[in-house]
Amino acid sequence: MKLPFKKIIVLGSGALKIGEAGEFDYSGTQALKALKEEGIQTVLVNPNIATNQTDAQYANMIYFLPVTPDFVEKIIEHERPDGIMLSFGGQTALNCGLALEERGVLARFNVTVLGNPIGSIRKTEDRALFSKELATLGVSHPKSKAVTRVQEAREAGEYIGYPVFVRAGFALGGQGAGVVDTPDALEEACKKTLARTSQLLVEEYLDGWCEIEYEIMRDAYDNCIAICNMENIDSMGIHTGDSIVTAPSQTLTNAEYHSLRSVALRVVRHLQIVGECNIQFALNPNNPSDYRVIEVNARLSRSSALASKATGYPIAAVAAKLALGYSLSELRNAVTQVTTACFEPALDYVVTKLPRWEFEKFKTTNKRIGAQMQSVGEVMAVGRTFEESLQKGARMLKGNLWNGRYADGKNSTDYLTHPHDKRLYEIIHAFDKGLDVAAVHAKTKINTWFLHKLAGLAASARVLTKEMPLSKETLLRLKQQGFSDNDIGTRTGRTEEEIRKLRSDLNVYPCVKKIDTLAAEFPSQTNYCYMTYNASTDDEREYTDKRKVIIIGSGPYSIGSSVEFDWCCVNATRTLRLLGYYTIVVNCNPETVSTDYDSSDMLYFEELTLERVLDIVHKEQPWGVVVSVGGQVPNGLALALSNNGVRVLGTSAQQIDRAENRKTFSAVLDKLGIAQPAWVEAANMHDIEAFVHRVGFPVLVRPSYVLSGSAMAVAFNQTDLEHYIETATQFNSEHPVVLTQFMNNAKEIEVDAVGYNGTLVAYAVCEHVENAGIHSGDATMVIPAQKVYTKTMHALRSITEAIAKEFLISGPFNIQFLAKQNKVFVIECNIRASRTFPFISKFYNKNFIEMATRACVGLQPDTFEPPETEYVAVKVPQFSFVKIHDADPVTGVNMLSTGEVACFGTHPEEAYLKGLLATGFVVPQKNILLSIGGDENKADFLDSVKILARLGFTLYGTARTAEFYSRHAIPVTPVYKPRDHLAPAVVSLLEDRTIELFINTSDMEFYEHIPDDYIMRRKAIDFNVPLFTNVQTAKILVRALARYHGQKTFGVTPWHAYGLNV
Amino acid sequence: MEGAENIQKQTAGLTLEDGSFYEGISFGASKNTHGEVVFNTGMTGYPEALTDPSYKGQLLVCTYPLIGNYGVPGIERDEHDILRHFESDRMHVSALIVEHYPEHYAHPQAQRSLSAWLKEQGVPALRGIDTRALTKHLRAHGTMRGTLIIEGVQEYGTQYDENLVNEVSCASAITYTPQHYHRTVVLVDCGVKNNIIRLLLERGVRVTRVPWNYNFLSLAGGYDGVVISNGPGDPKICAPLIARLKIVLRNDQPVLGICLGMQLLALAAGANTYKLPYGHRSQNQPCREVGTKRCYITTQNHGYAVDAATLPSDWQVWFENANDGTVEGIKHTRKPCIAVQFHPEATPGPHDTEYIFDSFVQQLRA
Repeated sequence: MKLPFKKIIVLGSGALKIGEAGEFDYSGTQALKALKEEGIQTVLVNPNIATNQTDAQYANMIYFLPVTPDFVEKIIEHERPDGIMLSFGGQTALNCGLALEERGVLARFNVTVLGNPIGSIRKTEDRALFSKELATLGVSHPKSKAVTRVQEAREAGEYIGYPVFVRAGFALGGQGAGVVDTPDALEEACKKTLARTSQLLVEEYLDGWCEIEYEIMRDAYDNCIAICNMENIDSMGIHTGDSIVTAPSQTLTNAEYHSLRSVALRVVRHLQIVGECNIQFALNPNNPSDYRVIEVNARLSRSSALASKATGYPIAAVAAKLALGYSLSELRNAVTQVTTACFEPALDYVVTKLPRWEFEKFKTTNKRIGAQMQSVGEVMAVGRTFEESLQKGARMLKGNLWNGRYADGKNSTDYLTHPHDKRLYEIIHAFDKGLDVAAVHAKTKINTWFLHKLAGLAASARVLTKEMPLSKETLLRLKQQGFSDNDIGTRTGRTEEEIRKLRSDLNVYPCVKKIDTLAAEFPSQTNYCYMTYNASTDDEREYTDKRKVIIIGSGPYSIGSSVEFDWCCVNATRTLRLLGYYTIVVNCNPETVSTDYDSSDMLYFEELTLERVLDIVHKEQPWGVVVSVGGQVPNGLALALSNNGVRVLGTSAQQIDRAENRKTFSAVLDKLGIAQPAWVEAANMHDIEAFVHRVGFPVLVRPSYVLSGSAMAVAFNQTDLEHYIETATQFNSEHPVVLTQFMNNAKEIEVDAVGYNGTLVAYAVCEHVENAGIHSGDATMVIPAQKVYTKTMHALRSITEAIAKEFLISGPFNIQFLAKQNKVFVIECNIRASRTFPFISKFYNKNFIEMATRACVGLQPDTFEPPETEYVAVKVPQFSFVKIHDADPVTGVNMLSTGEVACFGTHPEEAYLKGLLATGFVVPQKNILLSIGGDENKADFLDSVKILARLGFTLYGTARTAEFYSRHAIPVTPVYKPRDHLAPAVVSLLEDRTIELFINTSDMEFYEHIPDDYIMRRKAIDFNVPLFTNVQTAKILVRALARYHGQKTFGVTPWHAYGLNV
Repeated sequence: MEGAENIQKQTAGLTLEDGSFYEGISFGASKNTHGEVVFNTGMTGYPEALTDPSYKGQLLVCTYPLIGNYGVPGIERDEHDILRHFESDRMHVSALIVEHYPEHYAHPQAQRSLSAWLKEQGVPALRGIDTRALTKHLRAHGTMRGTLIIEGVQEYGTQYDENLVNEVSCASAITYTPQHYHRTVVLVDCGVKNNIIRLLLERGVRVTRVPWNYNFLSLAGGYDGVVISNGPGDPKICAPLIARLKIVLRNDQPVLGICLGMQLLALAAGANTYKLPYGHRSQNQPCREVGTKRCYITTQNHGYAVDAATLPSDWQVWFENANDGTVEGIKHTRKPCIAVQFHPEATPGPHDTEYIFDSFVQQLRA
């Protein structure tokens, strides 16, 4: 086919955030691969340096720059592409594209929008237009009014009748969506929403209705197919991203399935979608012919990524080809290779998706789930019964169905009615307490079909007792219901190992089945597998005489384990393939590139548990397993795998364990003469007091073992410490706490490195902008380090060398250091790839994972010393506080960010400001609010405030802050904190968005204790006012504002122009 | 409605003619059976599939592992006395074979469980079968006959002779008259699915449904067109009907053939048919309209196909299967005679080709 396009620009989605996460790395990567296949030049704009799509081999030109109209306009001007793709970068790309079109940029540079036409995008994004379109089509949709002012909202509320459902226009992840009962609540919701977007939709509330989604593809010739439908187990009112979802639907009849499908096709045809589109329905549970179209997403989405992995259909790749003008039927089904892409996948298995929340990390939240998505990741599981697939998935969350119960002591039935992150466990618990399906249905509105399944699981678990003999039949039945060896062992008084042995003796093993898109109707080339006990025969797998290597992925994304590990996993796999190994990836996260059909030789979409990995090892008999590229989950399996006779590639499992174990690691550091902060493991108050007496406050305190939800904290005084001990769920001789000396004003530095047989072969050094005390995942990082003395650099290198040697490291590792007054302390060492591996690899254009992977399989990698560079890169965290109800947006020792970006520059201020812009920061033009806690901090920030004043900003300050700076002859208008009840009030200045930047720093010890500051910070988040809570980042921001004052835009420099041979 | 039953465990097994054996548990009628084993990859629509006369005498394997989730709807009839939720008045499969049968069903329309319905209809069923393995076996070795035997059961279900159409066709002519109608068609019932009748009636067409061997040529009052329905088995068995269709083709009347109906029409036109190795039975078959870029997702249920090479010159291939290139539709180059191998009436399956009925009705009015 002759294509009219030579160069196409693809917009990415930027940092991972709640509602816009790894799925767009999958979709963007597939799109770029598809364009490359067609010989089209590609330009990618995406500041997310940890993604796979920003690897050099996919796009011809990569810009690590914000996906905003200003930057993209300049890039278009510079690159002169003839087409632009907006569908692969989530809401960010879509909104940017709409703005570019409005500004006339696309017309001016003659850039064609490929795929879904911009008019259709607008019709789906503008809620008023959307309702109008559906009405013209005669398609049922909720009674609704789009409003742009508070008064209109009140009128709409009256018209529709309370309770009403509100949602924001042009938003992602159901931001600002929820059920509203009263006119006043509606006004509040309206104000918050209109602070971010221009439109609010007030809708009929469909309480208890079922939610069903379809993923539809259409080509330019009006061929239209439904790739997949999905049924939410949670009813309307819970965002689909926060719902447990099955594919295909389980409770729809043929008539319902196909009438909804027909409506979906009608809508998609009307909108003239070319590519992919998601459509969401509400279905009346008492009259399933009564439906409403709730939402249409005219782009690739989280759901389409899920549908793609659930069916094996490469939705994004096909969508890209359709956008180029191909018809569906001329494209091949890449999975079977023998059939066309114009078909609807038939599943012969059940897929369950479960969301993963991280509420424990956010202290002030109520953990309720609702219409606004709050989950940070998801797991997908495949089985041949619903129970099997649900249990697999649940195991990859924190805990499983049998030990993950909410232990709050409150009346648990309340959580059945008011959905909560632990509702699934509460339902099981309710059945154990004797509630029947009807009672649970009345509270949860969940379809009884699913509730019967859960009740059945609860019943199966209840009869499992120590007395129960485990016959082959019983064991098989339990395994078919998805119980793990550990579940069975725990309930029958045996160990996991004993159950495994019993299974082996009785020959109870799972079977390997393939996902082939056509339910075995045609032979397929696919190597996309899962395991099930609901089968009697393995699907045959291709024979290979290559050495097989299993690479364990990272599992569901969470705060602290995200796309960076998928990048590591994909790069390790690619390296191994190039080295001639037969690569087998194990992962269970549908938002990943590692689970793409062409990322490995074979994929097991499976849980990352010891039991399952051993099952896979049993079937595949690999030469070895890589555990060092998927973050902490695979790392945590290393020793057990090794003890079960599995070859762990790279650094030995025993050495990994030595470094993981705090005591042995500490002893090793002492032996090597490497300094570390003082620490103690204490099981009683006496030991705690003795330690505090010795080192003094502040101290870092945390449980000595991994416990879900138990975070670490900094205790600044006796009261803090006692408070921590009291609220720790357990503290006794069996559950000690670890106290570590906390160093104020220390610098934090990270070294990422690769060892080969104990020799350091490559390393890179990053410096945190924030002082120690901010979790490394939330820190702003600069590479190369700007403020580290040469002497310190030497010390870092020699310690890194010593550790590589001591632990005989072969593969990736990461060390975190504290530096204070020329002295270097080691605070942590992980013998695995770290979060920063893609960042340093792309900064130096030297693939550290490739080197580490070579080392893992015993090949000498190149050596690498970081060279001098004439540019820097800064990594900036992305927070999703706005999505987490009531979370306090202040950073500390626990990681809270959901993603990151990194931008290059000739100096840190440039790179930092670009990075900030890429995370949604808007440069203030006029009004800045200061609230600086403590005189020392006020003084410390004095120079910065002077600069702001000199730049002509109007400064506002809370009482003492204003007074302090006024004394230094800087005009600061005093404003009042909530408790003062005086005007001008901070809250109203934030609400009406007079304030464009809010700097609220304090001594760490005070953050939690000032309710007024929390209220102000939260207001800033809810009303989209940029907030800075760290004095070091505030200072670099001020320097950047000074440097770029009055300058409207930045130059656009592609990655390769930063002196590297990209 | 929702409900459950205590499933009493009764071991049962399926033996294929090549000797391969699959063991499971019975959840239908306590009868043994014997017949051709076929698989279907549809994910919903078991009440429709089980009552589809085209499955007459076959042991149906469902590749979707959970069958029975939404129970079985009631036996309400519409104003034409047609069952609302089923494709004929009874089950036609000889047995149902699934991976997992859920003990509980839930749906507002459900009146009983699938198991209860199977028992009432005297149809045996097997669960706990690795249906993917069985399907792959059938795919690799071709459709074959199998024997289902339930432990301790001696009784066999009805055995059918070669002419399955004779088993499923109506006994005498029935006329369905919509409130407002403009045309009349003869519907030759080779095992017609109710939805073919429903869709014609909806379009203002009066339908005279006649048995497969009925001499409709001299039907009193005449008719404006002929529809030849779907049905089970080898089309060549229906020789008397083929002979009659040759006469129909001499006229210029609109003709619509569906599935078996297309094969019969092709045979009448002088083309040949052959048996596919394992047939097409699913709701996701892509059919390309020849000479266009249009491709439709269709429901299919057939074991035989028309040989394109044998089509006479005044017939052309209208649709072809985008996967295996088999003939999916034919039309006459001059006359208003069209036929499709797929099921434009769906049930179960997508509605995408329902427009075929519109085209046909347009021809009737022309």
